[in-house]
Amino acid sequence: MKAIGLIIVVLAGALLLYSTQDFPFWGDPASPAGTHTATYYLTKAFEETSVPNVVTAVLADYRGFDTMFETGVIFCAGLGCFVLLRLSRSRDEDSYYRHVATGITLHIKSAKIPDVSSEFERIDTLWTPYDLIVKTVCRLLAPFVQLFGLYVIAHGHHSPGGGFQGGVILGASVILIAISHNMRTAIGRISEKTIHILMAVGVLLYSGIGALCILLGGNFLDYASLSRILFTNEIEARSLGILGVEVGVGITVMAVMITIYNNLSSDGRLDEGL
Amino acid sequence: MSDLVVTLLGKYNYWLCVILMMIGLYAMIAKNNLIKKLVGMNIFQTSIILFYVSIGCKKGATISILEHGAGHHGVDPTHYINPLPHVLMLTAIVVSVSTFGVALALAIKVYRKHKTLEEDEILMQLRSE
Repeated sequence: MKAIGLIIVVLAGALLLYSTQDFPFWGDPASPAGTHTATYYLTKAFEETSVPNVVTAVLADYRGFDTMFETGVIFCAGLGCFVLLRLSRSRDEDSYYRHVATGITLHIKSAKIPDVSSEFERIDTLWTPYDLIVKTVCRLLAPFVQLFGLYVIAHGHHSPGGGFQGGVILGASVILIAISHNMRTAIGRISEKTIHILMAVGVLLYSGIGALCILLGGNFLDYASLSRILFTNEIEARSLGILGVEVGVGITVMAVMITIYNNLSSDGRLDEGL
Repeated sequence: MSDLVVTLLGKYNYWLCVILMMIGLYAMIAKNNLIKKLVGMNIFQTSIILFYVSIGCKKGATISILEHGAGHHGVDPTHYINPLPHVLMLTAIVVSVSTFGVALALAIKVYRKHKTLEEDEILMQLRSE
């Protein structure tokens, strides 16, 4: 198998390398990829959308359909992880608690102590660090990470950023809490139900803005027709439409990242993670 | 001979992408462990992302965010790199992360059923059933 694989790989690689002689040189300004539509986008995007970041303008306006279905793909991926892995039962009835004052660990079989109590804290079975510094630093860091994520979404018109990047940063802040504390804390902050609703809300926001454009007399995802309800000219309406769409993408990406992490790391039980 | 050297130096980005892609393809074909196959798939995807981004590059150009006031009096397209590959890869990166998540979920399901992730052992179990 390995020999056959090696032969296939070498042959395919040789063919691909042979075909590179027809390609343009690296950094050639007159390369075919950079001359047709790319020139149009660079010269016209600011006039038509008033968004200086051409990548954002192309992503959410000119190629709005593509991005909408990419968001749908991400939504389906999150749904797939949930459907494949989620189990309702917890790992077993045993649970582990730590006495906060002394640090003694208790192993309790099928007895119920509330998860939140001043004397005892519930800990994970496999990995139970007692890291005050890590916990405190991560707890203090999380709001700033979230603020940065919101900035990346909202400032995507003028700087590198947008819904996808900002959504991943927002999701990472919740995953940071789940790693540094435990999964129950993270789910206490943003419950499974909320995450699933947010997953759908993002896609709905995106396609809803598209449908709103139809209701206002334009084409699907033609943000210029939003100018009637936003009381601006068509160019500003395109800019605001892009912002709304980016927010939808950010919400979906954040929720999907969290749900993928939660389901993968806890084997679908959502009780204790990595 | 010097032509060949010029061609190689001028197109080494494609060479690196092809080499990386073939490393990923070999891992997907020849590796026995399912997680290693998935890592190979990710290397493959990364090589395609690098390939697209290197296509969009222009010598002497800056990132495709227009400078202050540049949009009002005509934009020179040679000053800014091609935005289109960046748009395509922006979505492709997040989609590759999501598909990797689904692939890992499937791997977990396989592990639950067969208690192993080695391909030959799974095949042996399937044949003995």
